[in-house]
Amino acid sequence: MNIIPLFVVIPLGSAFLISLLGKRIKGLPDSLANLGTLLMAGLSIYSIFLIKEVGVQVYKVGGWTPPIGISMVLDGLSSFMLVTVNLTAFLITLFSISYMKKYTAKWKFYTLFMLMLGGMNGVIITGDMFNLFVFLEIAAIASYALVAFGIEHEELEASFKYMVMGGVASLFILLGIALLYSLTSTLNMADMGRVLTAQGPSKLVLFVSVLFLVGFGLKAAIMPFHAWLPDAHPSAPAPISAMLSGLLIKVLGIYALMRIFFNVLGAQPAILDILLVLGTISMVAGALLAIGQEDIKRMLAYSSISQIGYIVLAMGIWTPLAILGALFHLFNHAIFKSLLFLNSGAIEYSTGTRDLREMGGLNARMPLTGTTSLIGSMSISGIPPLSGFWSKLIIIFAAIQSGHFVLALIAILVSVITLAYYLKLQRYAFFGNLQDKWKHILEVPFTMKLSMVILALICIMAGALLLPGVREIFLKPAQDALYAGKDYAATVFESIR
Amino acid sequence: MIYLLCLVLFSIGLYCILVKRNLIKIIIGLVIMEYAVNLAFILFGYRLGGRAPILAQDQTIKNMVDPLPQALVLTAIVIGLATTALIVAIAVRIYDRYKTFDITKIRRLKG
Amino acid sequence: MTKNSKGMTLIVKTITRLTVGLILLYGIYIVLHGHLTPGGGFAGGVIIALSFVHLMLAFGKEVALKKVSRPIASLFESIGALMFLSIAVIGFVGGYFFLNFFINKGTPFKLFSAGIMPLCNIAISFKVGAGLFAIFVALVLLKIDSEDKER
Repeated sequence: MNIIPLFVVIPLGSAFLISLLGKRIKGLPDSLANLGTLLMAGLSIYSIFLIKEVGVQVYKVGGWTPPIGISMVLDGLSSFMLVTVNLTAFLITLFSISYMKKYTAKWKFYTLFMLMLGGMNGVIITGDMFNLFVFLEIAAIASYALVAFGIEHEELEASFKYMVMGGVASLFILLGIALLYSLTSTLNMADMGRVLTAQGPSKLVLFVSVLFLVGFGLKAAIMPFHAWLPDAHPSAPAPISAMLSGLLIKVLGIYALMRIFFNVLGAQPAILDILLVLGTISMVAGALLAIGQEDIKRMLAYSSISQIGYIVLAMGIWTPLAILGALFHLFNHAIFKSLLFLNSGAIEYSTGTRDLREMGGLNARMPLTGTTSLIGSMSISGIPPLSGFWSKLIIIFAAIQSGHFVLALIAILVSVITLAYYLKLQRYAFFGNLQDKWKHILEVPFTMKLSMVILALICIMAGALLLPGVREIFLKPAQDALYAGKDYAATVFESIR
Repeated sequence: MIYLLCLVLFSIGLYCILVKRNLIKIIIGLVIMEYAVNLAFILFGYRLGGRAPILAQDQTIKNMVDPLPQALVLTAIVIGLATTALIVAIAVRIYDRYKTFDITKIRRLKG
Repeated sequence: MTKNSKGMTLIVKTITRLTVGLILLYGIYIVLHGHLTPGGGFAGGVIIALSFVHLMLAFGKEVALKKVSRPIASLFESIGALMFLSIAVIGFVGGYFFLNFFINKGTPFKLFSAGIMPLCNIAISFKVGAGLFAIFVALVLLKIDSEDKER
């Protein structure tokens, strides 16, 4: 039996089971969701070793051979993304066992959560263009509903804004897919790449690239398309903020961009230049906007835009080293941004506020949250030897190596600004004098602590992924799969035979 | 030539989203855009003088239009239905909270 | 209009009483013949949902909710989704996800043919019919709630 379809079956199945039985059986939503995500985290780690042994795997849905039937492709990049998504998702579900107690409809939360996870896994695993769109929409619709989960004024407004933006983005993507279909008469991504190579470059491909750039750029919140993110991400409950900021924008935005631009359409110089510019803009502007924020989650959301800028910048440089940096930063950002959002959730759980000015001295009462948050903050600002340092270092090296000295300088400066606003966060929230009204708050429950500690440990240890020997297992296959560019088609068709 | 119609529809929808202030009108703009894209997708599969791709008994089909875009557009319509239902529900809730559909008055977030 | 003031006028109610069964039946027909003629699970499910929506519009929400209440609608929705997924998973028996696992696929153009496709259509019709009805009910009840609050 093949494990590939399980990545879609398990989350969807548990989502429907939770919606069917969750209201009647108490405790089932928690246990089923945690079991499901744990199982998938295990399976995704297993998939790395599977790829190492067997190579790229193509799964024929319903026994139909691609390009006629729908296919699912598990290569290095997919397996890398699966590990990132499912590991983080497991830790987030662990966190939400206690955190979501204050909301009434826990089973609704878990149903939507698992639907979103199923959609994301589907986007990663699929080898079919239209299937990608369908899974993308599943994940997006679940996330729209999750942003509005609290049904208060701000949540509804943020969700409406997010939905209009997301809806327009989906339409741009659909139009792009339609044009690509009319150009190539196929929907299989590998076959599409092959046909496009045979046809040679054309103006229409460039137009389609721009459509995809707008569509996926909106989903990824790259700078000119970012307006929804600082509203939507803070409005959701903390585990969902972690999920949205840590994973959703990367899977729906960055991963889809990478896969389609590099593996299907091929790396076009014009698009790479656009990516460089957009990446730099969002890196700088996100960081500058983050400094002034007083709401802790809003600051983290702007910081997400800035960090996504790093990834896009590295994608635009397009050398093997830059791709390694982009992927590694993507993994690191998923980990530490989830950690920071969970920390903000823990603060909100204990104190009931998100305003930085009202906090202060929380280290005295919540030492564990304070410590893990310090680790996360230092990691994201690039303090050695934490994980964020290594990935930023690789990106800056790659920029210097390819002759983009100004960009490297900007990246370093932005890193300094990042350090500044995270120091502000630490200073306001955790250091200083404890205010009287927080004298009796308690540290958060055990499962929340556990998930934060594991995430912090990954932050500390992740630098080890770069060591020779370890890198060949986890990062190298993903880097190779992405840098292979249009050879993706050849690889896929090879493994069908 | 007929693709221009889709472009016009698409632009009307986009204009509606960008300029109108009423929540319901924004939703209508979104739906118009969606139909423009669906129409374009169907038209890409059209063949001159083609007939509907339905296999019936005792009939041979000579010249039929591409059935794949039709299946895909059906899926896209279903997705659009789900999105529209959710966005309408959210709009109703917003009306419930703010007692207005005017987006210039719904401004608790800075953006 | 004295004794039963909920819903619309007598004319509408009478016509509804006559047609609603036919609409439901037509929806079921479309679902069952989905693999032979145009239509299928989605279109049939929409028609089935519309018959209940029709009932609700004509007679008011109590009558329609007595036939299908909201928990039952969401129950059917989940069952439909699970059924579709389990059809897909049963395909593992033959080695592939979504495999058409019937050995004997029947003769084309007969009602019992095409393997799993009619089953898939039925599952989709559950999902779509119940889901669409639930959406409608949710929107209607939301509106009524907010009107109650204003009074």
